[in-house]
Amino acid sequence: MSHTIKLKKGFDINLAGKAEKSISKAPKPETFAIKPTDFPAITRPKLLVEEGDSVKAGTPLIYDKMAENVMYCSPVSGEVAEIRRGEKRKLLEIRILADKEVEFEDFGSHSKSDINSLDVEKAKELMLKSGVWPNLVQRPYGIVANPEDKPKAIFISAFDTHPLAPDYNFTFKEEEEAFAAGLEIIKKFTDGKVHVNISEDREMLKMFSQAEGVQINRFSGKHPSGNVGVQIHHIDPINKGEVAWTIKPLGVIQIGKLFLNGKYDASRKVALTGSEVKEPQYYDTYAGASIKNIIKDNIKSDHVRYVSGNVLTGERIDADGYLGFYDEQITVVPEGDFEELLGWIKPTTSKLSFHRAIGLLSFLNKKKEYVLNTNTNGEERAFVMTGEFEKVLPMDILPNYLFKAIMAEDFDEMEALGIFELVEEDVALCEFIDVSKHELQILLRKGINLMING
Amino acid sequence: MNPIQKFFDKIEPLFEKGGKYEKYYTLYEGHRTILFRPKLVTGKKGVQVRDANDLKRTMITVVIAMIPCLLFGIWNIGHQHFLAIGETATFLQKIGIGAMQALPIVIVSYAVGLGTEFTICVIRNHPVNEGYLVTGMLIALIMPPSIPLWQVALATVFAVVIAKEVFGGTGMNVLNVALTARAFLYFAYPTDISGEVWTYLGDAAVVDGYSGATALGVAYDTALNGTGSVVSAFGNYWAEGMYSFSNMFLGAIPGSIGETSTLLALVGALILIITGVGSWKIIVSVFAGAWLMGLGFNAIGVNAFMDMPAHYHLVIGGLAFGAVFMATDPVSASHTETGKWIYGLLIGVLTVIIRVVNPAYPEGIMLAILLMNVFAPLIDHYVVESNKKRRLKRATV
Repeated sequence: MSHTIKLKKGFDINLAGKAEKSISKAPKPETFAIKPTDFPAITRPKLLVEEGDSVKAGTPLIYDKMAENVMYCSPVSGEVAEIRRGEKRKLLEIRILADKEVEFEDFGSHSKSDINSLDVEKAKELMLKSGVWPNLVQRPYGIVANPEDKPKAIFISAFDTHPLAPDYNFTFKEEEEAFAAGLEIIKKFTDGKVHVNISEDREMLKMFSQAEGVQINRFSGKHPSGNVGVQIHHIDPINKGEVAWTIKPLGVIQIGKLFLNGKYDASRKVALTGSEVKEPQYYDTYAGASIKNIIKDNIKSDHVRYVSGNVLTGERIDADGYLGFYDEQITVVPEGDFEELLGWIKPTTSKLSFHRAIGLLSFLNKKKEYVLNTNTNGEERAFVMTGEFEKVLPMDILPNYLFKAIMAEDFDEMEALGIFELVEEDVALCEFIDVSKHELQILLRKGINLMING
Repeated sequence: MNPIQKFFDKIEPLFEKGGKYEKYYTLYEGHRTILFRPKLVTGKKGVQVRDANDLKRTMITVVIAMIPCLLFGIWNIGHQHFLAIGETATFLQKIGIGAMQALPIVIVSYAVGLGTEFTICVIRNHPVNEGYLVTGMLIALIMPPSIPLWQVALATVFAVVIAKEVFGGTGMNVLNVALTARAFLYFAYPTDISGEVWTYLGDAAVVDGYSGATALGVAYDTALNGTGSVVSAFGNYWAEGMYSFSNMFLGAIPGSIGETSTLLALVGALILIITGVGSWKIIVSVFAGAWLMGLGFNAIGVNAFMDMPAHYHLVIGGLAFGAVFMATDPVSASHTETGKWIYGLLIGVLTVIIRVVNPAYPEGIMLAILLMNVFAPLIDHYVVESNKKRRLKRATV
């Protein structure tokens, strides 16, 4: 099928600080961490290790009391250095002091033909205990997939349109074999299709565009055309009572490596990006890496914000903070905690805006790379403007009404207006352009939690 | 650090919790944020950088779009004044008279309106919203030039308190706030906002044959007891060429301060559409609705007003101004994109019906918009329902 879905709505945030396609030789991070907060599904995390225990890559660290067979494992080998808790003893981080060379738990390797003939229950069992399972995310709700479910389809977006997102052509160019093996495993979990969604606007690796035994869908358009939620909406939308799974290419590769090599291999290439980075480029590391060594001597000033992920959906971390489980990108932008004389009315070409209100001239120069700081550029207000969110959400959804339904905690309305189809990243652009400066991603998660628990 | 910032920092403790003027913190904050974009930063999770636009800039964009109408209105007050008293005057003399009439109205509208807003913000302890920047200008522009200032003040207080704040403030109102002010005056002091109030005369004597009627008044009279067509009645008006189509389009006619010029309302529309602040769908559909209804009346053709060529409806009265600046108010208009088409179209249709059929009140756009403000949520309801139905239907396929 060579049908291309063209998305006209959306907005590309063109930031300065794109990563060069080279791998840095910076010293390896010394510590790594698993953060239960990366997984919105975990409500009652249980610890399996204590400070001082030594672990290997693939040793379970925690599990969720509500889904006891899904293990969250150590990405590297070493010693459990610290277990950090927050208010009410909420579990925040399990820090591992890494060995020089990573030792792996052995889960037994499989040949290609073994993989093809492997029973789905056996595959599931291995994936659950080895740490790769959380790569499977379910829709609705965007939480770690429930192993008991049989999804109607599985969706993989093979490109990332977020600001300064890593280039999969570069990061995955040597992972062909693992990706193919991972796909073979994934196919076993659904009677429906496995969809690999590729971009019409950019080059794609053959392993994506010519993946075998899957449905290839083509998408074209600005961000969020790379968001898997948007793609699902146009291919095979999720209705009440249905479950679909999504997985990032990195997750497929990890699954492939688990079966081919018998290891939980959490390695990944991470892009260090953003205007405040001296030499933005890629780093070879593992999930949950401390960014301390990665950013060392490579940052322009000390008044910056470190973000695990991208500037639309990421999370603020400290200079010695840790990369999120799903993240393949670190972004460094200037902090914006300063007042600006008449900043709300001054004409400017240096600030980026989706809108064209008086004095905002960024629309004249679409190619320009912008340096954006973390200032909110205004205070929170009531919803006043209408019709704006619809311009950046390429779905048949009325976001304004959905947000109001969430505020009103109206379950029927939330459901009828499409909360099953959305996760945070899908409304991130709405949050970015919102002139009333609401925290819409947090609001959406509040609604999702109501749906889960209500 | 800027000396103004230093000053604010110095007085800040007075307004903070426990300070002498703790109650007035919103006042302090309101002033500081007008001078400085605040130093607020994004949260831990979610977007880390934000769009440069905010509500303040959005609102000021609308105010700027109205400036051409205000400037023209100032000139036009003087122009109409000297025309009515039969004197010739220079451009500056016209501006002088116009400014003396119009600026006090603008000042009273802003001073009283902002005063009311600030008072309520202090009482209810919520931050000052930007909505009144636009409302203040709108109220001034839809007043007749001869309106007594105390009435402007009274109408403003009524509109801000009853139309906006009792509903929860900016973003929560059902009715357009500025139109509520005008409707209040229309019902409370009808003699000062209808009849021969559209030209500022002062103490001067008018020329022979002077009639203070607006184009709508002339059209209505022709239908009631005149002979011949409305267009010929326009041609026989006391001042020759006053109600020619082109002159009505340009706006050198009696009327409210800012709403006589269709041309400059369209300039405002252009600004609103290019900046994306006003909905082009509403603007286009109001004009379309009025024109279609005009054509419809042409087809019925019972009296002279119905026979008036449909395109005249687009330039007489406040239709253009209403379509561009009142109907597009995002809070009181339809919120859905499909709804905006229906909303605008019905405003246009109703405006012409009210003008032509209703004997009591010739200007239809005000009542049409207020009426549709009330129906906008209903329109939206059906648009949202159809979206929900699409979603449900999909599930069974």
